[in-house]
Formats: sequence, structure tokens, C-alpha cells
Amino acid sequence: MNSSAKNQKPRSQKNIQNFSSSKLPNFDICVVGGGPAGLEAGIVAKELGANIIIIDDNPVLGGQLIKQTHKFFGSKAHYCGVRGIDIAKILTDMVDELKIDILDNATVVGYYDDDTLGILRKDKLFQIKAKTYIFAAGASENMLVFENSDLPGVYGAGAVQTMMNVYGVVPGRRALVIGSGNIGLIVPYQLLQSGVEVAAIIEILDKVGGYYVHAAKIKRAGVPIYLKHTIIKAKGKDCVEAAVITQVGDKFECLEGTEKTIECDMILIAIGLSPLCELLYQAGCRIDYVPELGGNVPYHNESMMTSKSHIFVCGDLACIEEASTAMLEGKIAGAKAYEALYGENKKSKEIVEQANKELSMIRSSPFEQRILSGKEKLKA
Amino acid sequence: MDGYITEHPILEFKRGKKVKFCFEDKEIEGYEGLPIAAALHAAGIKVLSISERYSRPRGFFCAVGKCSSCLMEVDGNPNVMVCMEPLRQGIKVRKQKGKGQKQ
Ligand SMILES: Cc1cc2nc3c(=O)[nH]c(=O)nc-3n(C[C@H](O)[C@H](O)[C@H](O)COP(=O)(O)OP(=O)(O)OC[C@H]3O[C@@H](n4cnc5c(N)ncnc54)[C@H](O)[C@@H]3O)c2cc1C
Repeated sequence: MNSSAKNQKPRSQKNIQNFSSSKLPNFDICVVGGGPAGLEAGIVAKELGANIIIIDDNPVLGGQLIKQTHKFFGSKAHYCGVRGIDIAKILTDMVDELKIDILDNATVVGYYDDDTLGILRKDKLFQIKAKTYIFAAGASENMLVFENSDLPGVYGAGAVQTMMNVYGVVPGRRALVIGSGNIGLIVPYQLLQSGVEVAAIIEILDKVGGYYVHAAKIKRAGVPIYLKHTIIKAKGKDCVEAAVITQVGDKFECLEGTEKTIECDMILIAIGLSPLCELLYQAGCRIDYVPELGGNVPYHNESMMTSKSHIFVCGDLACIEEASTAMLEGKIAGAKAYEALYGENKKSKEIVEQANKELSMIRSSPFEQRILSGKEKLKA
Repeated sequence: MDGYITEHPILEFKRGKKVKFCFEDKEIEGYEGLPIAAALHAAGIKVLSISERYSRPRGFFCAVGKCSSCLMEVDGNPNVMVCMEPLRQGIKVRKQKGKGQKQ
């Protein structure tokens, strides 16, 4: 376990024992997902006075933050200069202080017609009912299809980050990274820190997708970034032993004669994430296809309310963005879910106003134009 | 156990106690509490299952309990998501073939 995770006590709240399908515990608000978005939503709703519970499928809270050893930047508003793992610790401490009910190691597996959630925890299935739900389940890594892309050794970049930074396992010997967004730029740097070689980062577009600072850092470390390149196949019998890459033309066609074989035992896919909307489909929420926000996303308004007035969303589930904005959206969702039950008050209004102010500040950066136009599309 | 990171500029790894478990018929050591997939990976085992139709080797993909690429048979139960399932002393882990079989 890493330095932040080790300080976290295993939680088992007193009410967990009583959870069974015959006796449904009732909550005002149930938050699904204990990443930055869900934690902020829970903290705000609890501070305002709601009776809440946070459910997460991991043994420790923090979502993606627990594997992020780099210092956050890019957004002035929140925790700039602090490592992800430490932000997770700060949020978890707040949750502890507020004595928020946590159901950890618990996967929400269904949303039923009577507005209850089906939960699987340690081989037991039970239900929970809340008046209002906030979904903050995050996203899953996209797969890329190429010849032999099902071979062991083709991993999500986040998966490799989890293996090395959370579990302390050497993920491999030599990596090829596909995609040059921030994840594709940061994870290879962390591989180097763990003593793993990085052969190259390849990017199909003619420019790097992530922040310039991350790109400069990885180049300084001697890792080449091949623009206008893609992978055509993985080679290997039982596991990846090499990858064949090729240059692409202006129409993304593979340019014959430019193939190169790169010896590696890992191929990291860092081509983006997709919101985990399955439970919202089940709940009957409207789902829209908005590529700018990450593909199929639950429709939501400025209050982070979905097409159902008792269901709210925030964070990567609402749009693939970043931890700072996930936290701000979480605050809005938490306050609005509270208001939906008890009406607005001075404090809840202030929280929403402040979070909106910070959100528009972050989203004024040129990197965030895509998000703004995506959110516009949702309104249509 | 050299599949584990020992020195890291930022992180310090506190691990559970060493336990023994079985993969196929081989005895392997790992740290208690780590996900089974992590312990297997550290022991050099990457092929976790064999696909149903074309019998192709499969490993993990997401490592955070979302993609179902790492289903194995654990103590006779198929479809255990080993990227989330903690390692315990004495468990028996097998590669799953296709949809797996309850023993
Ligand atoms: C390599 C990398 C680098 C990054 N760098 C930065 C950075 O520098 N700055 C920045 O601001 N952002 C960064 N991000 C992005 C940031 O981590 C995410 O935007 C943020 O974590 C999203 O928060 P979230 O709470 O929406 O989702 P998550 O953090 O994904 O949390 C969701 C939680 O819900 C749980 N969950 C999902 N489904 C269920 C279910 N059915 N039942 C129970 N629990 C469930 C998940 O397991 C998880 O714990 C980076 C991301 C990656 C991968």
C-alpha cells in the first residue's frame, strides 16, 4: 500500500451488519463512488445536514487519486502543487471527521424499479434505499482494437499505474505507450521512476494531446514521442513481446514502408476514458452521445441533476475532465441534492455560487473549450 | 520476490505478511491483502484465463474492477475478478477456460 493508503483505517461502520434485503436502511442521500467527486459531494451534503452514505468498491477511498503520485497543476483553484495521493488523504480525513457513513468494498450492481440500489459486498447481495442519489462512479479506460490487442501485456495505462503505484508491483520491463494525452504523458514518467524502461510514446495526431509541461518533462527524460504514428499489431505468443507501429498520412491511412518493430513487454493504452453510465441507463436516465464529454454521458443540467429529479451526477461520470473540476461538480451535486430535499438556504447557495465561479475560471482555459461546447450540446 | 518495487522516490510500500497460495499446481508466495492479480503479476504470471471461442490467452486490462478481463477460478468458484479479490493464505487459483466451471 502506498504512503497515503497506509494511514487509512479499515472502516466498518456499525450499521453495515444490519444491511440485508429484508431491512432496508434509509438515507437522505446515497453517493455512489468515493473518488474526488463523490467525496466532495458527500462532504458538502453532510455539512449541510443531510443523512448520507458513500459507497465505493475499493478498500480505500479516493478513486483515481490513490495512484497519482505527481503534483497536480493546470488549475489554479484547487490543490495545485499537491500530489493526488495526498489530496485523497485530505478528503478522506474530512470524511472521517464528519463521521460520514462509508460502505467500502461494496459494488453497486443494479438500480431497481423501486428506486433501490442492489449492492454486492463480500459475496452478500443487499439493497439500500435513499431519497436522492448522487452517482460519481467515474470512468473506465477505452480499449483500442488492433491485431493481437487481446494479448496479456496490453494494458490500460491506468491499470499499470495502479499496479505500480498502489500495489508496488513491477509492471514490466519495457513499455510502449499509445496516446499522448496527460495520462499517456504522466504514466511513462512514473514508469521511469519505478525503474521501468519506456521505448516510446506514439500519437496518431500531429500534436501532443496533453499539457506541454508534461510532454517536455518526458522528452527531457529521453523518451521519444512519435507523432502521426499508430500501432498496427502486437507480437508475442502468450504475452506481448513486441509491437509494430507505423506512420499515418493526413487521412490517418497507414503509410506503407514506415512500419517499425518495437521490442516491449507492455503496451499501454492511453487513448481516453468512457463514463460508467450503466447504472444510469438502468435508472432510466436520459443518456446523450456527446463526444466532447467522453461519449455516452448522462444528461445533466447546471445543478448536475439528470433527467430524473432525484438523481444527480458529477465528476468523470458526467464528463471526462480532471480531479479539480470533479471536486467542484461534486460540491454542486452535493448542495443541489440537499436543496432538492430541504430547499435552498444561505449556505447551500453560497457553496453552489463559489463552486460555479471556480469552475468557470478553470474552464476558461483553452484546454477546456471542448468541455464547454460539450456542456452546451447537452442543453440542446 | 523480485517482482516488487523496493525503492521509489516518492512512495513507500507497506505490505501485508507473506503468504503461500496455489496457482494451477504450483505454490507461489505473495503478500496478503494484495489483489490476486497483482501477486500473480509480481510472480511473473500474466496469462489469467483462456478465451472461450479461440482459446486465446487473456490477462488483466483495467486492474480496477471494471472490465472483467481478469476472471479466474478461485477455490473452485469461477468468474472471480482477481484484480479486486484480496490474496489469502492457502487459496487455490486456476486459469479460467471460457465461462469457467464451478468445482
Ligand atoms: C494517470 C492520470 C493522471 C491524472 N492527472 C490529473 C491531474 O494532474 N490533475 C487533475 O486534476 N486530474 C488528473 N487526472 C484525472 C482525475 O484523476 C479524474 O478526473 C478524477 O479522479 C475523477 O474523479 P471521480 O470522482 O469522478 O472518479 P474516480 O476518481 O474514478 O472515482 C470513482 C470511484 O467510484 C468507484 N465506483 C465506480 N463504480 C462503482 C460501483 N458500481 N459501485 C461502487 N463503487 C464504484 C470507483 O471504483 C472509484 O473509486 C488524472 C487521471 C489519470 C488516470
